[in-house]
Amino acid sequence: MQVTSSVRTPLITGGKTVHDVTEDICRQVEGKPSKSWLLGMGMALTAFGIGFIAVAATLWEGIGMWGLNKTVGWAWDITNFVWWVGIGHAGTLISAVLLLFRQKWRMAINRAAEAMTIFAVICAAMFPVLHMGRPWLGAYWALPLPNTFGSLWVNFNSPLLWDVFAISTYFSVSLVFWYLGLVPDFATIRDRATGIRKKIYGALSLGWDGAARTWSRYESVSLILAGLATPLVLSVHTIVSFDFATSVIPGWHTTIFPPYFVAGAIFSGFAMVLTLMLVTRRLFKLEDYITIEHISLMNIVITVTGSIVGIAYITEFFVAWYSGVPAEQYAFFNRMQGPYWWAYWSMMTCNVISPQLFWSKRIRTSISATFIISIIVNIGMWFERFVIIVTSLHRDYLPSSWSMFYPTVYDMGVYLFTFGLFFTAFLLFAKFFPVVNMAEIKSIVKSSSEKQTA
Amino acid sequence: MSDSRNFVLGVFDDEDVLLSAVRKVRGAGVKIDEVYSPFPVHGLDDELGYKRSRLPIAAFMFGILGTSLALTMQYWMLGVDWPMIIGGKDFTPLPDFIPVTFELTVLLAAFGMVGTFLVSSDLKPWKDPKMLDLRITDDKHIMAIDLGKNKSMDAQTINGVLKDSGAVEVNDKEVED
Repeated sequence: MQVTSSVRTPLITGGKTVHDVTEDICRQVEGKPSKSWLLGMGMALTAFGIGFIAVAATLWEGIGMWGLNKTVGWAWDITNFVWWVGIGHAGTLISAVLLLFRQKWRMAINRAAEAMTIFAVICAAMFPVLHMGRPWLGAYWALPLPNTFGSLWVNFNSPLLWDVFAISTYFSVSLVFWYLGLVPDFATIRDRATGIRKKIYGALSLGWDGAARTWSRYESVSLILAGLATPLVLSVHTIVSFDFATSVIPGWHTTIFPPYFVAGAIFSGFAMVLTLMLVTRRLFKLEDYITIEHISLMNIVITVTGSIVGIAYITEFFVAWYSGVPAEQYAFFNRMQGPYWWAYWSMMTCNVISPQLFWSKRIRTSISATFIISIIVNIGMWFERFVIIVTSLHRDYLPSSWSMFYPTVYDMGVYLFTFGLFFTAFLLFAKFFPVVNMAEIKSIVKSSSEKQTA
Repeated sequence: MSDSRNFVLGVFDDEDVLLSAVRKVRGAGVKIDEVYSPFPVHGLDDELGYKRSRLPIAAFMFGILGTSLALTMQYWMLGVDWPMIIGGKDFTPLPDFIPVTFELTVLLAAFGMVGTFLVSSDLKPWKDPKMLDLRITDDKHIMAIDLGKNKSMDAQTINGVLKDSGAVEVNDKEVED
C-alpha cells in the first residue's frame, strides 16, 4: 500500500488508467515513424556521416590531424570526453539515487535518462580511444595484460588506468540496470504484437510472465543495483577528476576537484535530460506523464548543483590566493584575464548566473525558458572543461613554451561525429523502445494520478 | 499428473483489492499457484507467504569475490611478478589500489546478482512464457489457482471465493504442460 500526502502535486495528469499508460507509451513503438522523427534521424545521420570523415582521417593519418601541440597536449578531445561523461551522470543518478530517496517523480524520466547515459558514455569513450592513435593496439594495452604480451603490467598507480576500470564498470552496470528495467515493458509490447515483432520483443523480454515471485526478486535486485550504482556514479567523475588533480599542473592540482566535478556532472546531465525530454515529451505527447511539476523539480536540482559548481569556482580562487603559491595564483589570474578570458567568462555566465534564474517560479515552470537554459548550461559546462584543460596547459613552466590552441576542422569533425552518434542512438531508442517505464508508472497510477488527489 | 493443468483465473483490476483478496482466498483454504501482475505490488509477496529473496546475499558474496580478485591481481602484478618503482612510492601502495578494487567489487556484485536473478527466475531469450492471460502485461492482475492442487474443493466453490473477494472476472484455463 502506498500512501501519498494529498498536498502533493499529482505526478500523472489527465485521469489516466493503467490501460491508458500501456496505450500511450506503446503507441510510439507500434506506429509508423513520424515525419519529425525521420527529419531528426536524417540530421543525426548527416552529422554522423560528416563526422565520420574526420574520425577516418584521424585513424588514417594519426592525431596530428588535431590542433594539439607540444604545450597543449590535451584540448578538445579530453574536453569532449569529460563533457560527455558528465552528461552520462544524470541517468543513473536519477534511477539509482532517486530510487533510494523514494522520489517517485523519477519514474517518468528514468528510462530515457538511462538511455542517454549509455549513449553519452559511448561518445565519451570515443575520445580517449581515438587519442591513443592506434586504438586497435590501445584497446588491449589498457587492460591488465602483460604489456605487448611481455612481462610488464599496466600501471595501477595511474588515474588514467582507474578511469578505464571506472568507465567500463559504469557503462556495463548502467546497461544492465537499464535493460533489467526494460524487460517487463518488452513483455507488454510482446503481448500486444504479432509476427516478427512478437518474436523480437519476445526474445528481448526474456520470457517475462509477471509472476509475483519474479517481481519480488526483481524488486530486491533493483534496490541492490541502485545501492551499488549510487557510489559508482560518484566514483566515476571522482576518478575522472583524478586525471587532473593528481598531476602537478597549476590549476589542476587541487583537492576540490572530486566533489566539484561530480556536482558539475549532475548539473550538465540534468540539463541534457531536460533538453531531450522537452522535445520527446512534445513529439510523443507525453505531457500527462512528464508534467510541469517534473520539469520544475529537475530545474531545482540544476539550481542546487549549479550553485555548488559556482561555490567551487569561487573556492578555487580563494585557495589560489590563500595558498600563497605564485604559480597557482598566476594560473587563476590568467584564466580570468589571460588570452582565454572569453572562455572563462562564458563559463561563469552560463554556469553560475543562468541556473540562478530558476529561483523564479515563472521561469522554473516555463518550458521555453527551461529549454533555453538547459542548452546554455551545457555550453557552459563545455567551457568549464575547456578552461580547466586548455587554460591551465597553455602557460607552460617555461615562458618560451607558452602557446595557444587552435582547433582544426578534424577536432570539430570528431566532436560532430559524437553528436551524430548520440542522436542517432537516442532516436532509435525513442522509436523502438518504450521511452517511459510503463511498469513503474502503472504502480503509481492509483496513488499519484490526478483524479485520486483532486 | 496428466498432460494438462486446469486453472481457475481470478481477474483483478485494483492492487489493493488484490492484496485483500489474496488474504481472503488463502484464508478460505485455497492454495494459490501464483499471482501475475503488470507492475510490482508492494506487500504481495508477504501476503502470498513467499520467503524473502536471498539475492542480496548473492550480491554480497560476488562483491567480496570482486574485492579479493582485484586486490590479489594488483598485489601479484605489481608486487610479485614485476615490481616497479613508480613515483618513488612502495611497490604496492594500497591507497592507489582502492579505485580499481572498488570498481571490480561493484562490477562483480552487480553482474553476479543479476546473473543469479536471471537463472533463478528462469529468464532467458526465446523462452515462451505461456501467458495465462495477455492482459497481465497490460492492466490486469491474475490470480491463478491450480485445480489439481486443490483436490478437496470443486471449481464452483473456488469461483465463489474469488467472486466474493472482489475478482471482476473468473475464467477457466487449460494449460498444456
